[in-house]
Amino acid sequence: MNHDAYDDNYIRSILNNVKSIAMVGASPVNVRPSYFAFKYLAQRGYDMIPVNPGHVGKALMGKPFVASLADIDRPIDTIDIFRNSSHIMPVVDEALKLSPLPKVIWMQLGARDDAAAEKAEAAGLKVVMNRCPKIEYGRLSSEISWMGVNSRTLSSKRAPIPTQGMRLSLNRTSFGGGQTAASDRAAKNKTETT
Amino acid sequence: MTDRLPGFSTLAVHAGAQPDPTTGARATPIYQTTSFVFNDADHAASLFGLQAFGNIYTRIGNPTNAVLEERVAALEGGTAALAVASGHAAQLVVLQQLLRPGDEIIAARKLYGGSINQFTHAFKAFGWNVAWADPDDVASFDQAVTPHTKAIFIESIANPAGSVTDIEAIAAVARKAGVPLIVDNTLASPYLIKPIDHGADIVVHSLTKFLGGHGNSLGGIIVDAGTFDWSKDNKYPMLSEPRPEYHGIRIQETFGNFAFAIACRVLGLRDLGPALSPFNAFMILTGIETLPLRMQKHCDNAKAVAEFLSTHPAVSAVNYAGLPGDRYNALQRKYAPKGAGAVFTFSLKGGYDAGVNLVSNLKLFSHLANVGDTRSLVIHPASTTHSQLDDAAKVKSGAAPEVVRLSIGIEDKEDLIADLDQALRA
Ligand SMILES: Cc1ncc(COP(=O)(O)O)c(C=O)c1O
Repeated sequence: MNHDAYDDNYIRSILNNVKSIAMVGASPVNVRPSYFAFKYLAQRGYDMIPVNPGHVGKALMGKPFVASLADIDRPIDTIDIFRNSSHIMPVVDEALKLSPLPKVIWMQLGARDDAAAEKAEAAGLKVVMNRCPKIEYGRLSSEISWMGVNSRTLSSKRAPIPTQGMRLSLNRTSFGGGQTAASDRAAKNKTETT
Repeated sequence: MTDRLPGFSTLAVHAGAQPDPTTGARATPIYQTTSFVFNDADHAASLFGLQAFGNIYTRIGNPTNAVLEERVAALEGGTAALAVASGHAAQLVVLQQLLRPGDEIIAARKLYGGSINQFTHAFKAFGWNVAWADPDDVASFDQAVTPHTKAIFIESIANPAGSVTDIEAIAAVARKAGVPLIVDNTLASPYLIKPIDHGADIVVHSLTKFLGGHGNSLGGIIVDAGTFDWSKDNKYPMLSEPRPEYHGIRIQETFGNFAFAIACRVLGLRDLGPALSPFNAFMILTGIETLPLRMQKHCDNAKAVAEFLSTHPAVSAVNYAGLPGDRYNALQRKYAPKGAGAVFTFSLKGGYDAGVNLVSNLKLFSHLANVGDTRSLVIHPASTTHSQLDDAAKVKSGAAPEVVRLSIGIEDKEDLIADLDQALRA
């Protein structure tokens, strides 16, 4: 798997197929990116579970915080890790102890740990690094185009009107690989120099 | 469904647009409205808090403008774009995100005269200092770098002389200095040059010119390449620091590789106010659909006219990068192999007076201060756009007294040549 540039079909199949997402490092503070992403994904119909030992006893959009992945009472498809790169490995280790195993490890925008990714892939999980699921969902559905963002997708079909809890179609014609060619290049230069 | 990269012409017609959700209208509707209703109080709060994607008020965003934004972002290969009221507004909004009083920008000396004025006077009054460098001497950019430098600004093909800039060489200077390279791509349009492919971090346009292309609507746009790390040295607090306007969110951390476009929208456009009318966005979008056809015709006509002028007895010199002997010909073949654009200058043996006479004798060319129209245009920079500059500055920016600028339209080239011939003989 090339983690510098994901094919849109790879991201699309993950977002189309997963139903539940445990967000590790979710924050109840309504100006944190994790809060926005949690709320957006919940509104798009995913079963969201906030994981953060510092907020047990509180809830995020009515969903109670749990302290760790092991405390979740049902099988989960996706672990979305909202921690910086140095805190990824322990979360992946914990995820690999779950039974049944999750299907996807997703590391947030800015987070990347290639060793942890390799370990998860060896166990048969799919991995996405340095991406935001909210942005990718908004991009592939073209909902984000309202912000002037290049969705890199085309469609001659009538656009849907999103409503609460609605899953939008992500199956538009895609062009390009992961990001734009330029941002792939920049991401690559950055990982080479750091 | 395989992922494939559609060609430029397909993107020019389709990118960003899709049939209207409520009516099925196939052309992009003109959402001529100031504001948009919220679903409920929570929806309103999430929109204002930048938590949800959606429309609030046309000064911040509008669905017609959003189609234009996505289309130009796609054509340039950027991550996102923001449309504004004019090319000058684009430059203002970009620099407001990057510079504080006392900071500096290094700008190419060969720029549109209006940009030279904007940088020299208006921006100076904001405490933003400009250091001029020579685009024909890349080392002069390197030498101008100081600890206060926040950006480098160039034109891909420079107005008025149509000179081609060595974008990659100047991008290397910017990377070394740790500052973004801003490229004004107005005269090339992405059909001829995609500056992001050559290392630009931000592209700006006057949409008024070739992109709109019909001389009927002002507009400007900012394209984010998604390549610059704004948080690295804390040099760009608008992007890296918690923003008090938005409950302390950090723009880059939240929006990743399109953070610059978002900052321009939610900090720049929101507070400075130069919003593009949705009607203009519609006109410009319609223009962009034929950009590849028009631009090629502009270039082919311009080359024929330049060839004609280069052998004319009344003409002492032609500056057109598409001519084999031109000093910018090698750069043109590298950066703009499809054509050298349609704006160029030539010099008259008869000096300033011959320039004034030529302009008044032309019958098909319109004498006006614009470029990039379907119609062919002419101007004598020394007596108009560059008249505020002193003689030395006129020469340095390519607008000496004997110089005439043409913007070649998409008429039949034989008619353009005949008009120039009669006016030069008159
Ligand atoms: C290269 C270039 N940049 C910027 C501008 C300014 O654009 P506007 O007139 O849309 O503000 C112009 C206008 O002539 C131009 O030619």
